[in-house]
Amino acid sequence: MKIKLEARGQDSRLISYLSPVLAGVLTLIAGAILFAALGQSPLETLYTFFIMPISDLYGLSELGVKAAPILLCATGLAVCYRANVWNIGAEGQLLMGALFGSWAALSFLEIEGFWVLPVVLLAGSLAGALWAGIPALLKTHFNTNEILSTIMLNYIALNCLLFSVHGPLKDPDGYNFPESALFPDWVTLPILIDGTRIHLGIVFALLSVAVVWVFLSKTFVGFQIQVLGNDARSARFAGFRDKKLIWLCLLISGGLAGLAGVSEVTGPIGQLIPAISPGYGYAAIIVAFLGRLHPVGILFASLLMALLYLGGEMVQIELGLPLALTGLFQGLLLFFLLACDVLIGYRVRVISRVSAGGLEPVLLTNPTQ
Amino acid sequence: MTDNLVTDSTDDGDFRLVLKGITKQYPGCLANDNVDIRIMPGKIYALLGENGAGKSTLMKVIYGVVKPDAGQIIWEGKETEITAPVHARKLGIGMVFQHFSLFETLSVLENIALGMEKDDSRDMDALAQRITEVSARYGMALEPHRPVHTLSTGERQRVEIVRCLIQDIKLLILDEPTSVLTPQEVDTLFNTLKQLASEGASILFISHKLKEVQSLCDFASVLRAGRITGKCNPKEVTTEHMARLMVGDETPVSHEYVKATGGEDFLTIKNLTMTSDDPFGITLKDISFTVKSGEILGVAGVAGNGQSELLEAISGERLCADAGAISFPTAALGKEMPDERRRQGLAVVPEDRLGQGAVPDMSLWENGLLTGFQQGLVKNGLLQPKAIQAFTDKIIEQYKVKCGGPNAVAKSLSGGNLQKFIIGREILQQPVCLVAAHPTWGVDIGAAIAIHKALIALRDAGAAILVISEDIDELFTISDRMCALFDGQISPNKPTADTTIEEVGQWMAGVFDSPSASAA
Amino acid sequence: MDIDLIANIIFATIRTGTPLLIVALGELVCEKSGVLNLGQEGMMLMGAVVGFIAAFHSDSITVGFICAMLAGISMSLIFGFITMNLNANQVASGLALTIFGTGLSGFIGLAYVGKALDGVEAIVIPGLGSIPFLGTAFFSHDIIVYLSVFMCIFVYYFFKNTRAGLIVKAVGESPESAQAIGLSVLSVRYMAIMFGGAMAGMAGAYLSLVYTPLWADNMTAGRGWIALALVVFASWRVERVLLGAYLFGAASIVNLILQGYNVSISPNLLATLPYVATILVLVALSSNQAKVKMFAPVSLGKPFHRSN
Repeated sequence: MKIKLEARGQDSRLISYLSPVLAGVLTLIAGAILFAALGQSPLETLYTFFIMPISDLYGLSELGVKAAPILLCATGLAVCYRANVWNIGAEGQLLMGALFGSWAALSFLEIEGFWVLPVVLLAGSLAGALWAGIPALLKTHFNTNEILSTIMLNYIALNCLLFSVHGPLKDPDGYNFPESALFPDWVTLPILIDGTRIHLGIVFALLSVAVVWVFLSKTFVGFQIQVLGNDARSARFAGFRDKKLIWLCLLISGGLAGLAGVSEVTGPIGQLIPAISPGYGYAAIIVAFLGRLHPVGILFASLLMALLYLGGEMVQIELGLPLALTGLFQGLLLFFLLACDVLIGYRVRVISRVSAGGLEPVLLTNPTQ
Repeated sequence: MTDNLVTDSTDDGDFRLVLKGITKQYPGCLANDNVDIRIMPGKIYALLGENGAGKSTLMKVIYGVVKPDAGQIIWEGKETEITAPVHARKLGIGMVFQHFSLFETLSVLENIALGMEKDDSRDMDALAQRITEVSARYGMALEPHRPVHTLSTGERQRVEIVRCLIQDIKLLILDEPTSVLTPQEVDTLFNTLKQLASEGASILFISHKLKEVQSLCDFASVLRAGRITGKCNPKEVTTEHMARLMVGDETPVSHEYVKATGGEDFLTIKNLTMTSDDPFGITLKDISFTVKSGEILGVAGVAGNGQSELLEAISGERLCADAGAISFPTAALGKEMPDERRRQGLAVVPEDRLGQGAVPDMSLWENGLLTGFQQGLVKNGLLQPKAIQAFTDKIIEQYKVKCGGPNAVAKSLSGGNLQKFIIGREILQQPVCLVAAHPTWGVDIGAAIAIHKALIALRDAGAAILVISEDIDELFTISDRMCALFDGQISPNKPTADTTIEEVGQWMAGVFDSPSASAA
Repeated sequence: MDIDLIANIIFATIRTGTPLLIVALGELVCEKSGVLNLGQEGMMLMGAVVGFIAAFHSDSITVGFICAMLAGISMSLIFGFITMNLNANQVASGLALTIFGTGLSGFIGLAYVGKALDGVEAIVIPGLGSIPFLGTAFFSHDIIVYLSVFMCIFVYYFFKNTRAGLIVKAVGESPESAQAIGLSVLSVRYMAIMFGGAMAGMAGAYLSLVYTPLWADNMTAGRGWIALALVVFASWRVERVLLGAYLFGAASIVNLILQGYNVSISPNLLATLPYVATILVLVALSSNQAKVKMFAPVSLGKPFHRSN
């Protein structure tokens, strides 16, 4: 018996939507096996990981709190990836947004006003956008590969953040902890539902989904971005300004990641600390792919990713399993997705070589369309 | 047909190669349907057929690249399963690909060594010696130590051929070998092939060019839609007859067009010099010519002599240092972006259909929008779905594009249909100047004639048209004036009626002031 | 600054550059065959953790290194399978490998955080090692340092003088042509990817067994990514990888040099230096696009579909 891939004439749309679901199921199965191997009851552990965190209203609201920064980063990344700009730097852009947002917030410790919070949010977004502007500048002027430059900038951003909380932004009355002072109320995002941590940042995230959706599907610039990403040579042939488009994508993406960062420090965290992000910017990469680079798909994918974070914490508390499970599941999920995506362009045939005369192909997946 | 002529013996053992009932099914396409072919030693065979007729598949079956679903291969009297190219080479089968299978960054010697068994390539000095000997013996001089990227297209083909000859060759297969050669180089190649045949090798020559088959081959088999539709002695039948076998009875096989003289100069190229940003690219050297309104200027030339670079300069994919290098009477365009050039009335049919003229994974309506966006398809930065739909429908309808509707992705179309779509998209923008690169490359004869008619109609409506093509016969059919590109330089030009294939061939080889050229 | 300090700085430079050199050599071979594996960081982390665990339980550094290389190879096989057999995008798959490797290494290494190992003893080369200055700087290293230099010479010779090296280059330039003349593109690329995996695993183990000797989450700190930049910096040439690795090594120990001058700068800011250096080097190198095109393997990162 032999398994063979056979090209479909045209990519299957259906499979491209099903593939993330299949990847999710495979991740669950792999998770169950892993839990069993760790000596836990697979079903109970899966329940603790994936159901228990969202079994009450508070849990659901926490899901939204975790999903918001991932969603903001991932919608921005989707714009970049549609243009074939491999921005891996959402993490660094988020950290820079948080850092400069905090710096702005801390300069308003004594000044109160309705305009202060918008200024702080703007400062964070701008910092994220400018941080993403560095790879844009390097790519458009010096042809520098953006994957490597954005990764390096992530490490630099993290070190800048560490430097700041240990140095200039450290709370002078904070017993030498590497933390800033707590932000006052007027630079804290309002809570929308009492008894939860649902904050304004979640609204920003949902808005970004809507805006990016319209931008990509209805505007000519959005169309140009997709042409550039699909086929740069065609874009040049048509006369689209590739450099401007690259700039635009990175600025949008960086701005949204920066907004995510400043929303975290002015929202659920309330001050600048070294551990602002448990890798939201990297998780957003997976979310962008899992959501098929479509804002609505990304919305669902970000909820799943948020659940992975909550579940990881839950099994740590309840069952004493390591928090690193979250990272492991993230990696597995992306692998399974990439593997399942082969079915978009190919169908699997199992060829039995038993009968001498006949190569009888057995169709595993239906030929769609 | 005159089948007995080819099968003058019924004993398979007399033949070098016999194919019986070869069948190969691809998803959605029966590439070979019960194909029988017999090849004798010392003879030159032609395999004729249009693009997509199944020639390449059959060839790959013989060379062990593709495994047939059914059928027998009998090599020198013994039923054989050719499992891989390595196996084919061991049997003495050599193949010269249309798109050369060479490595540009490696030397001639290294390229040839890679195609050989490990043991035969151990002594590189001895191999270099043999390359020099063999290439000299067949009149195809080669320097073993030159890197392949410094060679001309014709020389590269020699590397491919020498790679086959250096081992004991019994059957040499050549896939459309003349499409990359100047007419003079074609003559040299044919002499080599005849010499090889006289020494006992069999040759399988794959082509769609009937005149060449007539002058070279002893036998011809014609493929259409995967089936053998006829066998003949090409020296005894007319090219018309062979063309009918290739395309069937319904399709016209040729058409004559009235030549035009054109009006005022419209597209002016003046002292265009441009260095390629590709390290292996061609530099355009001081190119000047004009195209008049209402005429077609044909630019001949072997691929890789600056065609891509010239096209990119005119389309605006690469900008000139001097705005005046490319101009219309209304505007200097050298420094304008492609969309601005379109606004001035330029349209371009680029070299590559997929990955330049069209985005492979995008739908036809998106590909219509790609260059048609100035036709009212975008307002205030927003897409206008209805207008886009109407524009796409119009292209599909007027240019008879066979497709699954405007939502079909570009890569799902056949080459010919996509070419019709692109030509339609460009012509429907009502350009005053059209630049088209090999407009009928890979298109079947029927579609080619439709495309030619569309170009002529546009010319008659007063547009200035520049056609760049490697197919010299096509240029003679449709151009009103002709010139050629060689190594980034442009030849003199003449009205088509006043020049000859030989003279254009000289231009293609870089001889711009040959006696025949100056005498005319 | 006294002479001993200079000797120590050279010593530390070579030591710090060695893991970069090893992983970059592996990636160079991989890229020469046309495969861009961005998963170096993930493979290194797996090498580091598996090597540490194996050495911890076996009390043998050698066993540690062997297990680390096997871990690297296993990781690279996942990458090979999804990019070549399942035709997945190389960039996305490499990222996935890094994310997966980061998660998995953190998971299996949890119990070993904070445990310590004895490092590897230096091999002082008899005679040469006792030369003042030069002996300290160049001839008092651990065996992996010498081995990595030897690997450089081997890879250099491999591409310069062997038929196998020629085949790897050919596959990297044009897999289509290679297939047409009967070379097996997939097996060549699998071999190259596995070599890359083994080297990344070894580099990771060097960090966890020799350099620091301990295991910590994310201990590679971007070295896998820096190695990718290093290959570009070296224009895919072995001798320049060697030079580049030591240059980056020097950038990473600037703090040591600054100590010599009694300068104190925030350690966090100093830690950004290798990353800043990487960006600067990339900018300097890639701005000459014609040159990059000249040396980069032509088919690098492009999908290749076997026709059947």
